[in-house]
Amino acid sequence: MAIFVDQNTKVIVQGLTGGQGKYHGLRNRAYGTQVVGGVTPGKGGQDVEGIPVYDSVADAVAATGADASFIAVPPKAASAAILEAAAAGVRFVVCITEGIPAQDEARVYNTLIRDYPNTRLLGPNCPGIISPGKCNIGITAGEIAELPTATGPNVGIVSRSGTLTYQALYELKQRGIGVSTCVGIGGDPVPGTNFIDCLTGFQADPETHAIIMIGEIGGSAEEEAAEFIKANVTKPMSAYIAGVTAPAGKKMGHAGAIVSGGKGTAQGKMDALAAAGVRVGLNPTEASDLMGEIIAGLR
Amino acid sequence: MDLFEYQGKQYFARYGIPVSPGGIADTVEEAVVQAAAAGYPVVVKAQVQVGGRGKAGGIKLANNADEVRLHAGNILGMDIKGHVVKRVWVEYASDIAEEYYASFTLDRAAKKHLLMLSVEGGVEIETVAETNPDAILLRHINPIDGIDLDWARQAAIDAKMPAQSVEGVASILVQLYRCFTEGDCDLAEINPLILKPTGEIHALDAKVSLDNNADFRHPEWAEYHATEELDERELMARDKGLQYIGLQGSVGIIANGAGLAMSTLDVVNQVGGAAANFLDIGGGANADLMSAALEVINSDHSVKSILINIFGGITRGEEVAKGIVEALNRVELRAPIVIRLDGTNATEGRQILESAGIPESVLQSKPTMLEAARAAVAIANAN
Repeated sequence: MAIFVDQNTKVIVQGLTGGQGKYHGLRNRAYGTQVVGGVTPGKGGQDVEGIPVYDSVADAVAATGADASFIAVPPKAASAAILEAAAAGVRFVVCITEGIPAQDEARVYNTLIRDYPNTRLLGPNCPGIISPGKCNIGITAGEIAELPTATGPNVGIVSRSGTLTYQALYELKQRGIGVSTCVGIGGDPVPGTNFIDCLTGFQADPETHAIIMIGEIGGSAEEEAAEFIKANVTKPMSAYIAGVTAPAGKKMGHAGAIVSGGKGTAQGKMDALAAAGVRVGLNPTEASDLMGEIIAGLR
Repeated sequence: MDLFEYQGKQYFARYGIPVSPGGIADTVEEAVVQAAAAGYPVVVKAQVQVGGRGKAGGIKLANNADEVRLHAGNILGMDIKGHVVKRVWVEYASDIAEEYYASFTLDRAAKKHLLMLSVEGGVEIETVAETNPDAILLRHINPIDGIDLDWARQAAIDAKMPAQSVEGVASILVQLYRCFTEGDCDLAEINPLILKPTGEIHALDAKVSLDNNADFRHPEWAEYHATEELDERELMARDKGLQYIGLQGSVGIIANGAGLAMSTLDVVNQVGGAAANFLDIGGGANADLMSAALEVINSDHSVKSILINIFGGITRGEEVAKGIVEALNRVELRAPIVIRLDGTNATEGRQILESAGIPESVLQSKPTMLEAARAAVAIANAN
């Protein structure tokens, strides 16, 4: 088991003939992911190292039976690409594109809710998802993810930040702790998948025994997750929030990462999570140490 | 990007929102010319991106050219909470019967647009929210539905706007929403939105924050970028496609990804140091970008050590290493580098650094983020 993607997931890459799409699409395939096709309008009939390219997502889905898509196209084209995948019936869409205007994201998100409720969008501006040993969609370096064990205990990871997702995977690998699924939800203001979606999945997943959550300053997603955890999550958790030292009013890279009007501070988020029973570390290593203690207790 | 009031008003005017006639001036004499064009009496308003201009003496009424000279002379060059006034906006002074508030923004939690509308304008909306929350109408809009005049009229009625103001407010709401959506604003706020004794509704102030991600479809934003108040290094970084924010400490930071960069700041702080900056080289950074990042950091004289924290995903370790080697060939760094390199192609990257024969006094490599932070802080605090 894993959440959202596993060994049966068939993936197409929208933008497979572009630089990023090709590099990461091939890496995902080399990891063992079933990368069954690519989509680039006007390049149907070609192939990228044996992966067939189609003119449209609909063509690719019809020919390959793909149920997931990896979108690696520029910001101008990303919104249309997401909606095209949804319209073609793709169940799980991962969009790594950084720099999509917030107005477009809000429209795409609400269009998916209204017209394509069976499609889940992960991202945009996210590193993707990896169910170690089964499926890797996105830009995560697969070798840093420790395989889950059949009997566990295994950890589920959910993170807003890309590089901190890798950091968490790496810290767990060094401790020999298996990972069921690691989801990077992205740092944009309107993520398609949020903490609560992933926590719901991990709570229900028999292969996941504990959960690490990595948040950052800005917005209220961590506070909402804390409320959800209090009421619904029984699996033990550790967490880390980036941006304790960030000055107010400054956007820290991510469009979403800003402390405004005293709201969205790291301290407020850490307090909310601690109150929900989550063990909170002051840096990624500490959060992983805490997870090590949790796992030792489960073994 | 936050706009100055005058730019916000010019932006509003593009979408048909009524604003006072006026003009911008960066000298006293220009202010006099603008005042004559707008017609007396005028208001001379300091253009700074900080609240509390009025209390600081940055907004003055002038009835004639001599008064404009006096006030513009005082206001230009004035320091308001650390912001030096470079320009004044001179506009015809409107008579005010009532003051309202209107804004559109994105409610991230609800993932919908949010209208805030209140009959209590002219004061900070946060204050109204605390003292009289019932006076603010909050109404969500599904971005795929948008709003029309009927919707806006109902909102004005529900916000308890007086009958004579409903039509005018509704019409401005429709225009403001267009400005917010088509104009790619993160925030479009009018405070105060005024009712004149003659019955017209009119935007007396403008607070507009633009979404930089939408830059590609707004060539008209070029002039706003030109007046952005960034420090020298922030500008230098932006030209090179880097996310840089200057801070007060002595450890220069370069990391890939906003989360890791923030986390690096946190860890430096926890081991007893202070970061000189936030610098995110982003995903897919190559040798050029890495070397540009080092040049930006190197121009900061308070930097005593440089901590490079890279965890490769899109960013590839060998590109990072090539960038460092290239930068060391190109510029003389003022401070030693401590690097922690992991993730995609990290092994290749470390090999490139080792075979370049860089002395330990210039660059040392540490296996973890914490150890790298400790080493960088030790160097910074020793110097």
